[in-house]
Parts: sequence; C-alpha cells; structure tokens
Amino acid sequence: MKELLLIIVPLAGAALAALWPGERTRPWLLPAVGLVHSVLAFWLLLEPPRVAPDAWLAFDPLARAVLPAVSLLFLVCAAYGVSYLRIRAERSNRVFVASLLAMLGLLSAGHQSRHLGLLWITTEALTLTAVPLLHFNGTARAFEATWKYLLVGGTGIAMSLLGSFCLGYASLYGGGTGDLTFGAMMAQGAGLSRPWVLIAWVLLLVGYGTKMGLAPMHTWKPDAYGEAPGIVGAMLAGGVTTVAFTALLRVRAVVDAAGAGAIADRTLLVIGLFSVVVAALFLLGTRDFKRMLAYSSVEHMGILVIGAGLGRAGVWAALFHVWTNCLTKGTLFLSAGNIRRAAGARTCDEVSGMAVVTPQSAALFVAGLFAVTACPPFGPFFSELRVLRAAIEGGHWAATGVFLGGLLFAFFGLTRLVFAIVDGRPRTPARTGGAHLRESIGVILPPLALLGFSLWLGLATPAVLRDAWTAAVAQLFPAS
Amino acid sequence: MNTTVNLLIGLAMGLNLLALGSSRLPSIIRAMSVQGMALGLLPLLLEHELDWRVVAVALVTVAVKGFVIPQLLRRAMRAANIEREVEPFIGFVPSLLLGAAGTVAAVAGARALLLLPEHAGTLLVPGALASIFTGLILLVARAKAISQVCGYLIMENGIYLFGLLLIHSTPLLVESGILLDVTVGIFVTGIIVDRIQRAFDSLDTRKLTVLRE
Repeated sequence: MKELLLIIVPLAGAALAALWPGERTRPWLLPAVGLVHSVLAFWLLLEPPRVAPDAWLAFDPLARAVLPAVSLLFLVCAAYGVSYLRIRAERSNRVFVASLLAMLGLLSAGHQSRHLGLLWITTEALTLTAVPLLHFNGTARAFEATWKYLLVGGTGIAMSLLGSFCLGYASLYGGGTGDLTFGAMMAQGAGLSRPWVLIAWVLLLVGYGTKMGLAPMHTWKPDAYGEAPGIVGAMLAGGVTTVAFTALLRVRAVVDAAGAGAIADRTLLVIGLFSVVVAALFLLGTRDFKRMLAYSSVEHMGILVIGAGLGRAGVWAALFHVWTNCLTKGTLFLSAGNIRRAAGARTCDEVSGMAVVTPQSAALFVAGLFAVTACPPFGPFFSELRVLRAAIEGGHWAATGVFLGGLLFAFFGLTRLVFAIVDGRPRTPARTGGAHLRESIGVILPPLALLGFSLWLGLATPAVLRDAWTAAVAQLFPAS
Repeated sequence: MNTTVNLLIGLAMGLNLLALGSSRLPSIIRAMSVQGMALGLLPLLLEHELDWRVVAVALVTVAVKGFVIPQLLRRAMRAANIEREVEPFIGFVPSLLLGAAGTVAAVAGARALLLLPEHAGTLLVPGALASIFTGLILLVARAKAISQVCGYLIMENGIYLFGLLLIHSTPLLVESGILLDVTVGIFVTGIIVDRIQRAFDSLDTRKLTVLRE
C-alpha cells in the first residue's frame, strides 16, 4: 500500500498546488511533498514489500534500487525551488509547482511499472508534464526548445509504442497470450518469436533512447537544458532519463530471456560508446555552460548503457552510476543556475571571473566538475571504475579503449569551459547583474548537500544500497 | 468481413497520399480526421463478439480522432491566423512520389514479415507501415508547426493500426490510456503552437533556428 502512496501523494499534491491560492506559500508544497515521498521511499528501501509476480505496479527490486535516488534528488531540488521561485516572483508559479509535483508522481509510477503498456503511458505523460516546466522562462528561445523537445521526444515515444506492440506480437506469434507484463514475457522466454523480438528491441531502444538522450537521438537535450531553469534540468537529467534507463533494463531482460541477449548487449555497447564519443566531441566545441551540462548528460547516459551491456557486473555498476550521476548532476545544474542568474549570460565569451562574483556557487561548480568527470574521491569515480572493471573482465578491450578516450576528451572539454567561466576578471554586466542573486543558504545548501551525498556514496557505499543493487541484478538475470 | 476491413485500410492509405500531395492546411487536417474515423471503426469489425467496452472504445476513438483533435487544430490555426498555404521543405510532387514508393514498399515488405494466418490476409501491417512512413515524411518535409502535428497524428494512426494486431490480448485500459495521452498531447501542442505564434509572429518552424549550432 505504501508503494502506491509514492504515486498518489505527489499527484494529490499537484492537484492541491493547482488550487492553492497563495502565490508566496505555494512553493512550500514542493519540499513538503518531497519529504513525505523520501521518507516513504527510504522506508521501502529498508523494508522491501512483497511483490506479487503478476502485479502491474509494484515496488520490485529494480524500483527499490533506483527510485530512492530520484526521490532524494527531488527533495533537495524542491528545497532549492522555494528560494528559486522567490527570486522569480515576477512569474506565476501555479503551473510550475503543479507540473513538478505531477512529474514526481509519474516518476514513481514509471519506476514501478511492470507492464509495458502502463510504462509507455507514464513515460508519455512524463514528457507532457515537462512541457510547462521547460518554457517557464517564457522567452522565444524557451518556446523553440520546447517545440523541439515535443517533436523529437514525441517521435521517439511513438517508436517505443510501436516497439511495445511488436513485443506483444512476438508473444502472440510464439503462441503466447500477448500479455505485456514483463513477468509474463520473461516466463514465455524462448517461446517469443525471435524476429519480432529483435524488431521490438530496435524500436524500443530508439524510443527510450530518445527519452534518455542517447546519441544520435540527443538533439533535443542541449536546447531543453539550455533554456530550462536549473532545477528542471536536474530533474530531467536525474529523474526522467532514469525511468527511460530502467525501461531499457526491463526490456533487455525480456530480450535476454528470448535468447537474444548477446545481440542486445552488443547494440547497447555500441550505442553507449557512440554517445560517449559524440558527447566528448561536442564538449570540446561548446561555449555555453548550460548546454555543456546537456552534453555531459549525454556522456553519462552513454556510460549507463555501456554498463547495461556488460552483463551482471556491468548492470550492478550501472545502477551504482544511476545514484552517483543523479546526485552529482544535481550539484552541477543548481550551481550553474546560480551562476547563470548572477552573470546574466551563458557563454564563456560573455562570462568570466565568477569566482569573484559568486564565490560559493563557483566553488560548488568546480567541485561538481571534478565529481562529474570522475575524479577521486567523488562517487562517479567509483561507479565508473566498476563499469570499466566489468568491461575489462568481459574482455572488451577495444570498447575499454574508446571509453577511456571519450572520458579523457570530455574531461578536457568540461575543464576548459568551467575554468574559462570561473577564472579571470569579472565582466561589467556580470558585476552589475550580480546584485540579482544573493548567495543565501537557500541556493547554496541544496547543491552542497547533493555534493556531500555524492562523496559519501563513493567513499562509504551503504550496505543496504549494495544489497538493493544486487537484488535488482538478480531480478534482471533470473536464469543463472 | 476482411473485405470491409481492407476497404477501410485502403481508404486510409489513399488519404495518406492525399495529405502528402495537398498544399492547403485545412485539407491535410480533413484527410487526417477522415483517416482517424475510418480507423476508429476497425475494432467493431475485428472483434468477434461485440461487448459494450469495444463499442465504447470505438466510439471514443472516432470522436477523438475524427472530431476533437481536428477541432483543436482548426482552432489553433484560426487563433494563429496564419496563411493557409503549406510551405514545404520537400515539394509536394516529390513527397507524393516518396509516399507512393513507401506504400508499395510497405505492401511488399509486409510479406516478408512473419504474420499469423488471420493477419496475413489483411492490409493491417502494410497500412500501418505506410501511415507511419507518411507521418514521418510530413514531420520532416513541412515547415508549418500544424502540418508537423498532422504528420505526427498520421504516424500515430499507423501505430494504432499496428496495435490492432493485439486487439484480442491488449487490455482496454492500455488502449484507452494511449488515446487519452494522445489527446492531452495534442492539447499541449495546441498551446505551444499558440505561444510560438505569439513569440515569433509566425508558425514557420524555419524561424526556430536561434538555437542552432
């Protein structure tokens, strides 16, 4: 019952936010709901509920392994949101708060969906709740970004629906019932018609890969992350992409059960490496530090998918990386949001010397940079090391080489841009614009807390999380 | 019964070509809405026994695809007060030829796919593939936001047609959820179209190039 509350509470909160009259008090609904959600999620992490095998919605081991991370990210972003919306008091926050809360409810539903059709509906609905968040700034550029997001995301999500139908037909053609629950499809196993399974795999990989932002389906990402408020970018990069990733993990398990696991793993490796390389190349070229975050996200989605293609150890590492990426990206998006607000511009041609204008945010941004490029002792270092180890143990030498090369170039690109912004003398507009943002506790503490979590996860990964990831791997690889 | 089914799908395939070849926005919207209505009737013909749920889904589909969505689009078009000529990236004749070639390829390609005997005799799969292909052409070949939305909807029609293969196994909840999502999606798109019009004074997506790298 508690697992349903994870969905119902945020959706009820969203309805309440839509009706709430007070413009100044409404943002407090965000941390209130976020707190209830986190308490529930971590309670369920410590005391996993029983899962009925044919349930459409359940807090199964995979949901348990990732949903608390998303919940934690939301709670911290919500705390930041209160201060952020106070700064942006010139715009009504009714739709913004309601959409953000609805997004949390749908994220919970997406992670818990054990039925392919239900999963599709929640993913599509997630896409739609993001729309008002993306054009919150109301500029022409923001509408352009939203339009691209709708068009690219909509086409992607249509492909995943087609893929879902193909998987259903694979079951039907193989003499099954066409039941779209993951449990039933895995039970049918080799009975699934193989050609249809492969068609479905390609379509679902394209569809959910578009949602994740894997290259070459990542084109919506730089625009969306560039134009949306930092907290929206953090929720998209840490939350929505995670749902698409777990969807791919669930589908991969079905394809594996149908006997085509080797093909699925190979495609995952190729598309993951391609994403890392493409992201690294764009990182070397971009001059906009908010678009930089998008390319960094493309890179990390690539790492997740590489992990997913490396068998049990790789999937374990990928689940670890979901946590470290989720929390580290939060730090980067929130501190970048502060810098953007203070500087009034977003490219390294217009912004420099932010270490003087916003010293605390700049320090967090630099720390976040080292964390996200997997420098020790931050969390991503340990999770990426695990992915690398899985690759080496699997004997994928060429893949390991390309992966390391991609990481190196991404590191060059990111450091070049971040230090161009932080170092040097402040430009005149930045000096005058700096007055708009006071570095209060409300905008500094949340990214700092996320950085702390990321550090802690790397240095002392709690045993309960390790067990949760192991249980999720056991769910995804039931055969051996 | 198969004859009627094939007739309706054949009609939908013809409407695909009409949408590709027409230069005026209202006729694209009309082609899309007639196609939606024709496809909405199919569950009534495919289901062996008619219980009230099948009838309800069919009625809702016809109402949404045939009336609600086209009406939303027409309203967006009027609100945006745009000229009705559709300006293409790819000309009308080339896209028509491309669509015709795609339809032929869909009919030929569907033979290569493994189909259950009860589906092999129908145009379900070729019709679905042809509509998806047509939708994709409209999405990339047209500049006006509303024609791109029409392309998206024709693609959705194709996917819906494909989904009818599973009509005996997919629970109605999923189908109605999908339909609801599409409607809400179009509603949201309508709002965005309106905002783009206000922000750019045009619905020409070629003006949406500020964010190009």
